[in-house]
Amino acid sequence: MTFSPELEARFETFLAKYPADRKRSATIPMLIYAQDEVGSITDELIEEVAKRVGVSPLQVNEVVGFYSMLHKGKGMGKYHVQVCTNISCLLVGGDELYDRACHKLGLGHKEVTADGQVSLEEVECMGACSWAPAVQVNYDFYHYVTPEQLDRLLDGLKAGKRPEEIAGLEKVNC
Amino acid sequence: MVGNTPLYNEPHPLEVRILSRRFGLPNSQSIETYLANDGYKAFEKALGMTQDQIIGEVKTSVLRGRGGAGFPTGMKWGFLPRNSPKPKYIMVNADESEPGTCKDRLLMEYDPHQLIEGCLIAGLAVGAQQGYIYIRGEYRYLIESMDRALAEAYAKGYLGENILGRGVKFNLATHSGAGAYECGEESALLESFEGKRGNPRIRPPFPAVAGAYQCPTILNNVETFSAIPPIILNGGAYFAGLGIPKAGGTRLVCLSGHVNKPGVYEVPLGFSMMRMINEIGGGMRNGKKLKAVIPGGSSCPLLKADECDIPMDYDSLAAAKSMLGSGGMVVMDEDTCMVKAALRIMRFYAHESCGWCIPCREGTTWLRKLLQRFHDGMGQRSDIVLIGDLSKNMLGRTFCPLGDAAALPTISIVEKFREEFEAHLDGKPCPYEKTSRLVMA
Repeated sequence: MTFSPELEARFETFLAKYPADRKRSATIPMLIYAQDEVGSITDELIEEVAKRVGVSPLQVNEVVGFYSMLHKGKGMGKYHVQVCTNISCLLVGGDELYDRACHKLGLGHKEVTADGQVSLEEVECMGACSWAPAVQVNYDFYHYVTPEQLDRLLDGLKAGKRPEEIAGLEKVNC
Repeated sequence: MVGNTPLYNEPHPLEVRILSRRFGLPNSQSIETYLANDGYKAFEKALGMTQDQIIGEVKTSVLRGRGGAGFPTGMKWGFLPRNSPKPKYIMVNADESEPGTCKDRLLMEYDPHQLIEGCLIAGLAVGAQQGYIYIRGEYRYLIESMDRALAEAYAKGYLGENILGRGVKFNLATHSGAGAYECGEESALLESFEGKRGNPRIRPPFPAVAGAYQCPTILNNVETFSAIPPIILNGGAYFAGLGIPKAGGTRLVCLSGHVNKPGVYEVPLGFSMMRMINEIGGGMRNGKKLKAVIPGGSSCPLLKADECDIPMDYDSLAAAKSMLGSGGMVVMDEDTCMVKAALRIMRFYAHESCGWCIPCREGTTWLRKLLQRFHDGMGQRSDIVLIGDLSKNMLGRTFCPLGDAAALPTISIVEKFREEFEAHLDGKPCPYEKTSRLVMA
């Protein structure tokens, strides 16, 4: 399996972090960064990671099933919208935001639009409790999200815009 | 949704900023800013101290673990075997996932070198030459910013094979998780770090004896390590004096929920919970009345409004049959449906149960179903007792504390807000919701 030179360099960095006989430690970092490039955790990717860290594909496969951010099959959309409805977000309307997103996108939990652009997930606490309600698009955080802002975000994404092209939206982490 | 708005607040006069004192300085994340503001001075001081002296200062500081369990840090460090032939490891738990908790984000974003220096000093204290920072996968931007900070520290000679030419070796690297609350539990974190499913290990042996790769390991929370530089620089006694006798120093409290000014605030141990809500937090939103508080993350038993006049420290919360936990303080007003709160908390634990121990795997799932049915108005009177009984059956019957974490808040809600469960009986709709919400289970 071939990857971009950037990802190959990253893999090298990962494998160098751990003792020579402990390369298995690189499994999860390799999987999550590879997923960003490949789009999902494919069987081919599992075999490749297994080969590189020196374990059987089964040992990687069982790991994949454990972690909520690793998606097998077709994977999530290009823009994966994650709405937190855990307790701090719930108290200030996180569940209403999630319902709104479901209706707006016509998607349920972990579903992807037909064109593969947008997917939706109701997620557990993402560590933005003091700035709730919070939404993540891929790895970017959006805090104090209002229903109007969510509408703008989802309309923009559906129209094929990148989040940074959508007016009035700014991710928190830079 | 405001970009570039910092996550820290303007300092409140009641705050005591020790760990967060550099938040807000220009480029506070850079090594230049850090070095210009006492950065790495504690490490240089520690270079002239013996291992016993460093651990002694940490013991004197009465620092207790900030991840949730509150175990005395100095004592934990003292458990590492001195003469083990195995390499020793420093492991930072940055898998911050306890609902209500968002403080480690700030510590890593605005003062990453304080954490690095804390790890360096821990390495000196026990003779470890390698450390890892296990950061939850959702915090990708922090993995990247932490990597930048590590690169700066290497470039300036504070990490590497021969630190500052003093013959000290210490390497530190980030490690990405991939979404699993369970991996915030120390033994599950270690399994995950080794590239496996994040199932907990049976203890003993504890990580101090058999941690990463079965080697002696110091495993602490981000905030715990971040407290080490100020302790070494100013002395353990100084830090201890900021808090109360049995719990030294300050801690970051993540205030969320129905208050006017949610945010992350640093206050001394033993600070009044009501002053936190009414003064620092700006009081209840929309002038509503307080109903309940989760004192330190959703694993803690809830406090009713009349129990909230309490100092926030480990022993006071324990006396109130709750816990100080991870600092995630969630404030709920009079319009909050406690059945819905219990349901949402249980949905979380059912989702996050790793499935290793049957009481937790089955218990959380059945409780989620029961609470869902109850909130939908289809509960029976006998279910109220059943919810409590099922929860109590999980207590102490699992490898890790996730089963307890699911049970404790649920038991407290059923006991303290029984009338709200009764209000949902006989097919009545939730008294707090105008329309019932379709459930996507």
